[in-house]
Amino acid sequence: MVSVVFKALCEGFIVTLQIFGLTLLGALPLGLIIAFGSMSRFLPLKALVKTIVWIIRGTPLMLQLIVIYYGPGLVFGNNVWGGGNGRMTAVLVAFIINYSCYFSEIYRGGIESISKGQSEAGQVLGMTKSQIFFKIILLQVVKRIIPPMSNEIITLVKDTSLARIIAVYELIWAGQSFIKGAGIIWPLFCTAIFYLAFCGILTILFGFIEKKLNYFS
Amino acid sequence: MPVLEIDNIRKSFGKTEVLKGISFSLNKGEVLSIIGSSGSGKTTLLRCLNFLEFADSGTISVNGETIFDGENAKKLTDSEIRQNRLHFGLVFQSFNLFPQYSVLKNVMLAPTLLKRGTAEEIESKARALIDRVGLTEKSANYPCQLSGGQQQRVAIARALALEPDILCFDEPTSALDPELTGEVLKVIKGLKNTDSTMIVVTHEMEFAKNVSDKVLFMADGVVEEYGTPEEVFGNPKSEKTKSFLNKSLEAF
Repeated sequence: MVSVVFKALCEGFIVTLQIFGLTLLGALPLGLIIAFGSMSRFLPLKALVKTIVWIIRGTPLMLQLIVIYYGPGLVFGNNVWGGGNGRMTAVLVAFIINYSCYFSEIYRGGIESISKGQSEAGQVLGMTKSQIFFKIILLQVVKRIIPPMSNEIITLVKDTSLARIIAVYELIWAGQSFIKGAGIIWPLFCTAIFYLAFCGILTILFGFIEKKLNYFS
Repeated sequence: MPVLEIDNIRKSFGKTEVLKGISFSLNKGEVLSIIGSSGSGKTTLLRCLNFLEFADSGTISVNGETIFDGENAKKLTDSEIRQNRLHFGLVFQSFNLFPQYSVLKNVMLAPTLLKRGTAEEIESKARALIDRVGLTEKSANYPCQLSGGQQQRVAIARALALEPDILCFDEPTSALDPELTGEVLKVIKGLKNTDSTMIVVTHEMEFAKNVSDKVLFMADGVVEEYGTPEEVFGNPKSEKTKSFLNKSLEAF
């Protein structure tokens, strides 16, 4: 039994890891783009971006998952997400939108906290805007946002469990399925070990990056 | 021919007119000190020269070429602005070194990005400049490991690396304690004999008096007095200059 449970939980955990990794891959860059939008001097764009961020941060991720998965079906009359991996795609769309909005605010805070003198120093040295951002500002922003980012990323690890609301077979579902199938609940409890271990690794990783960037202030 | 000619520069922020028609010219190799009380527009003037602010009207010419004209300032493209501002260098009051780079990389970064030669040429030139500001031993250190005075000397080397026609200093010693002020002023004084043209906004009256070739006293956005240190300090014509100098010297 134990090995059956372990195998099932591992399968679920792989899906959890996929949601986690792909969400980061999409949301980290998209968040930066949204951050630039919310700092834009073009007011209609700024207002639009701020409204989107307000809606996304103002509603539960669980609800967003349901709306994104079932909503298009109501409008177009058929399931645009398709079978097979359709549910997973819907999960990723919802997670990436949701997390990029949270990330964007972290980026914005980080970028705005860098003193104006840094970009002015780049300007008077004849650098272009993108050189100033990528060569001067970015690393300083990364250093500052690591604590809030690691917080958000660790939250993401556990938020992946929401995917089960639209029947994606991730870790929690894998554990829960034994309640119905075999009448045992301990596999569900055991899922905690996976979350704990993974968050532990992430914590160590962030600590390492923080230390790496300690050489400047 | 003067290296720098400024004609009737005006600048307002909202309803407040900060520069009310500034004109003066400067010859190659001269050191100009700009003095005056806080809020008189000294820093704004330097920022206009470096295109960090855009004057509302007036012209700026370097070596006879007009690089800024308030009439068509809005038409300047980003790359023209970048090209034009390279005539000037600027050393900030708060140093603004790039914290994530070593001293050497701070000096090398801009010439590298602007492709001012091969990597070896840029590095050997940067090392020579770091030597010149007396920080040879510190070239591998990071800014946070340096004192304020050392950081400001790195900032000077960094500005010199692009060989600007005119190097501007915005109160370069205001953030430093008196002990460190001396070492920075010594470096600036040392540059004087290398025919760099310099504009120094300063509250250090001794420096203005002894090092500069020209002194400009600004008050309420106008040039109240402009001349040699002997003329401005020894025989000030305007009442405002007299009272400012009296107050500055009274302090001691």
